[in-house]
Amino acid sequence: MSTRTKPNVPLSALTVVLFGVVFLVPFAFIVLTAGKTAQESALLDFSWPTQWAFVENLQAVVEARDYLLIIAFINSTVLTVVSVSVVVVLAAMAGFVLQRRKSRFTRAVNLVILSGLVLPPAVVPTIWVLQKLGLFKTMPGLILVEIAYAMAFCVLLFQAFIAGIPKELDEAATIDGAGPLSLFFRVVLPLLRPIIVTVVVVQTVFIWNDFTSPLYFLPGDENATVQLTLFNFQSQYASSYNLLFMDILLVTVPPLIMFMIFQRQIVSGMVAGSVKG
Amino acid sequence: MTTVTDAVTEAPATTVPEPARRKSPYPYWFILPGGVVFAVFFLVPSVMAFWFSLTRWTLFDQEFIGLDNYVQFFREPALASGLWHTLVYAVTTSGLKVVLGMALAVLLTGPILGRGFMRSVAFFPVLVSTIGVGLTFQILMHPTRGLINQALDLIGITGPAWLVDPDWALLSVAFVDVWQGVGLALVIYMAGILSIPGEYFEAAKMDGAGAWHRFRHITLPLARPATVSVILLSLIGGLRKFDLIWAMTKGGPGFTSDVMASVIYKQYQAGFYGLSTAGNVVLFLLVILIALPLFWFFNRKEDA
Repeated sequence: MSTRTKPNVPLSALTVVLFGVVFLVPFAFIVLTAGKTAQESALLDFSWPTQWAFVENLQAVVEARDYLLIIAFINSTVLTVVSVSVVVVLAAMAGFVLQRRKSRFTRAVNLVILSGLVLPPAVVPTIWVLQKLGLFKTMPGLILVEIAYAMAFCVLLFQAFIAGIPKELDEAATIDGAGPLSLFFRVVLPLLRPIIVTVVVVQTVFIWNDFTSPLYFLPGDENATVQLTLFNFQSQYASSYNLLFMDILLVTVPPLIMFMIFQRQIVSGMVAGSVKG
Repeated sequence: MTTVTDAVTEAPATTVPEPARRKSPYPYWFILPGGVVFAVFFLVPSVMAFWFSLTRWTLFDQEFIGLDNYVQFFREPALASGLWHTLVYAVTTSGLKVVLGMALAVLLTGPILGRGFMRSVAFFPVLVSTIGVGLTFQILMHPTRGLINQALDLIGITGPAWLVDPDWALLSVAFVDVWQGVGLALVIYMAGILSIPGEYFEAAKMDGAGAWHRFRHITLPLARPATVSVILLSLIGGLRKFDLIWAMTKGGPGFTSDVMASVIYKQYQAGFYGLSTAGNVVLFLLVILIALPLFWFFNRKEDA
């Protein structure tokens, strides 16, 4: 089972072809269709475009409906960046104390956190809360909801990582006169770098791809996110498959870049998160 | 714990017999900011849902109507069938992810070239927009011109009409879910299998155990934690799935691929907030009913 055995070349070739066909052909289809003219794309076939219209399609998608796509990209970026930055700090602080102080209270809190990981959110009552606070259909409202939904997962990841940081370090800092705030922000937080990278990358992908929360809590075109515009695009440009697939391609690019840079952190974060959960 | 050092440093100075009451370096208020956001936007709505599900509700005023929403939910076949579809969807996706995830992981941990490449290729769909995946496969699953049925034609199989066939719609979406999610199951299994000491396999080989025996008696039992993770993760994810189904079929044709999450959204759109919330509570209970026994069962067996 280990790498010491000689690699089986025919089996390898077969597997590579299998994985390529199953997992790469759909992406190739997206790229090819995004480069076709409207008539050709309507054939829905998997073929090389006879005439590349890639740049024209890109231009058409970006300009569609008064540059809605640009607005959506800005909105999604703001949503993702703000939510992730806030959740990282809040979850790290909470995870630190929850891991270091073992009491009946923290154990109860951990149980509640687990419920956040398992239970589906109650959507309409959440709208009710947002409305009471005057935050329904606003970006801050959606950001707060995304933070709440991401909190459980992040706190658990931080707790697991902080368990590996020796407590003597805290004690040394405390003896040197560090208060809780400077202990956390000056001593502990810098040590959390690896897990922070993981949490940031994983949550960025989650929130960027989130469709359901914006659909419920931030409807309307003026503050659409990329997933919502992509979804609406389908009904508005039903016949222009080339433009639809150009849109899909554009929405796929940010996760692809994240993946190429941070593959290791993403995979380890998701494996760790799932094993903890 | 930390009070131990506090006691050592401060004990001589204080008259209090107990460990000195200096402030802990881990103050509880650190939990507060995150806790408040979590409580206000997750816990409060979850608890309130039980009350709202008993009302006729327009967001502005509510009228208590007892269990009427639940009665209506289970009486109306279009709604109640969502419950069954949710179960079918969750069990199908979860089962396939376990079987395929493990099979592919065994393949990729074997004597094979290009392992890293294939792992990346299979994992990437996990990160792609679910809406994008749904819309792409909607085209690939076109009954006549779609790539999938064209390919099946080549080998002499007439593929089903997938998303437009009432008997296939739900399963078709489940297949796409598996396509997108099997990469996560694969990396979880690979991590699990690679942590099994290689000597076990070598020893078994020397004793003359065949490949199947080694799988059955070493890989399968020792990769158990991975199996537990994949099952729980995919079941919980499958029970609440919404975006993929909404992007591909919107619950159609008819109501044949409607699941709890899409029923909740449709009732909300139609303005039946109480009914929608009742659906939400039913989904809660379903998740609890399935997840709790599994947690309990898996934890128990691990202790034994």
